[in-house]
Amino acid sequence: MLGNHAIETNSLTLSYGNTKIIDELELHIPKGEVTVFIGGNGCGKSTLLRSIARLLKPKSGAILLEGEDIAKLPTKDIARKMAILPQSPASPEGLTVLQLVKQGRYPYQTWIKQWSKEDEEKVMAALAATNLTELKDRAVDSLSGGQRQRAWIAMVLAQDTDTILLDEPTTYLDMTHQIEILDLLFELNETEQRTIVMVLHDLNLACRYAHNVVAIKDQKIYAQGKPEHIVNCQMVKHVFGMECEVTIDPLFGTPMCIPYGKGRRILQTRVPQNV
Amino acid sequence: MKNYHIYRLFNDKVSILINKKALFTILILLGIAAVTFVFSTGTGEIRISPLQVLSVFFGGGTDTDRLVIQTFRLPRIIVSLMVGIGLAAAGAILQGIIRNPLASPDILGITGGASVAVVGFLAFFSDESNALTVSIHWMPVAAFAGATIVAFLVYFLAWKNGVSPIRLVLIGIGIYSLMKALTTLMMLLGPIYQASQANIWITGTVYGSNWGHVAILVPWILIFCIAAIILSRNMNILELGDDIAIGAGSRVQRYRFLLLMVSTALIGGSVAFAGGIGFVGLMAPHMARRIVGSSYGALLPASALIGGILVMAADLIGRTLFAPLEIPAGVFTASIGAPYFIYLLFKTRNA
Repeated sequence: MLGNHAIETNSLTLSYGNTKIIDELELHIPKGEVTVFIGGNGCGKSTLLRSIARLLKPKSGAILLEGEDIAKLPTKDIARKMAILPQSPASPEGLTVLQLVKQGRYPYQTWIKQWSKEDEEKVMAALAATNLTELKDRAVDSLSGGQRQRAWIAMVLAQDTDTILLDEPTTYLDMTHQIEILDLLFELNETEQRTIVMVLHDLNLACRYAHNVVAIKDQKIYAQGKPEHIVNCQMVKHVFGMECEVTIDPLFGTPMCIPYGKGRRILQTRVPQNV
Repeated sequence: MKNYHIYRLFNDKVSILINKKALFTILILLGIAAVTFVFSTGTGEIRISPLQVLSVFFGGGTDTDRLVIQTFRLPRIIVSLMVGIGLAAAGAILQGIIRNPLASPDILGITGGASVAVVGFLAFFSDESNALTVSIHWMPVAAFAGATIVAFLVYFLAWKNGVSPIRLVLIGIGIYSLMKALTTLMMLLGPIYQASQANIWITGTVYGSNWGHVAILVPWILIFCIAAIILSRNMNILELGDDIAIGAGSRVQRYRFLLLMVSTALIGGSVAFAGGIGFVGLMAPHMARRIVGSSYGALLPASALIGGILVMAADLIGRTLFAPLEIPAGVFTASIGAPYFIYLLFKTRNA
């Protein structure tokens, strides 16, 4: 199946000390699509993403990137194929946007080759794609949350990889900026066919942006596939342990989950079965 | 890219990006360092005008001027400059690998290790009449060995599937306290006369520097500063955190170890010849960050120059302010440094 999958795992087992997090996982992530890992808190979705990014050593099993075992590849070679944006990274005081984005070129540089023409082109393209060209000489810590996250994404883009991993890229952002970041990533996938793999907390946003959703539960994959095929009340109940109604997003037609629970009720309406 | 100079050579095989503003700032610092150097050389019991000083540098001047400058002042001023450069560059490196603006050679216990070695040296190699049984020239060797041993000790105690910044700093602070205790213990056990000599060393002084010291210190500091500049792009990526650095393809543990070794060599060399001059390794990099930003290509040279200026100035004040009484340079770096440290803590608390 070489060529169809950006990332595969072979009986991957992950653990923290003696606590098993992921058990003998067989995962296939399709090339050129947006894949989102979903699951309850502590289900191991971030751990899985981190191990794919080689930030965490597997207990056993293998991770294949474009068919090659990442444990056997030099780390710089991996960095030219796959980039990772971890959860809420911090930049040193006063570092400018350009200085940050430039770090994405690390795997291509040597101590005598620090700013080639290609470096400049890729960095400028990354700044343009994230709408940061104007802000490139500003300090990262002086930017707003949304701009800051775009700067980090620009750094990852400058790495010029086919695969990009992101761990909860929308955490701590308000709704406008969440959409802005996800739109940006979706567009990158549409226009440049980059493989995007991310962890998202918001199931509805996951359904809207993902071609492929991986639901993780009890150290295993509970379900994987297109959101419209796998997201239903049953699945949400099992994966998140929450009663809900799944309806259809009136704008996008993707599945939309409305949780039961308590809250104000303004008027009695019938729960729509179909829109 | 109007704020930058870009140089590309040999068909794009060699390339570099230089921030114009940072370059300008570094040139100004270089100018201040040069002026301090010349001014300090001319100041003392015998005053020599800056022009006379320059003419001595270029082989002219009167015999007296030449004697005063070449024999008495120059070695000590060059040692001050080098020690300042070494401590400040080492501090900048440590702040990068530990990712904490409060990290410094003192806090990691590395300077403390040198103190223990020196106090131990004075205590163990003294006979009943308080005379040293071995040559005093071995004292720098003891200081260097102490600094290096402690740096390794901190590194290996902090090891747990690799070394994390937080473990490094916690173990470092523990070792620092231990070294302080050992120093006190040995000073109490040793002869009283040696204790006062040890105390001067611990405070840090460049008194008694000679050309022999210069001949060892200058190449030592320059070699490791060049090594640090070559490694600067690795510091830039390490400063973004381990996850980002690994993701970008950096061999984090390898570079963290290499950088710790480079900073240890710089600290060891500095304390060997000037004792435990404190706070320079903390203050200089922090000031440099304020004026040139956090990119190591600019931060390292700027911080090294500020360090050199600080120690030269501290020594100048120390040997002139209360003349003929000599005050160790470390007293003055500490007297600016301690309030600065409190200011830093205060600032980070409110951040």
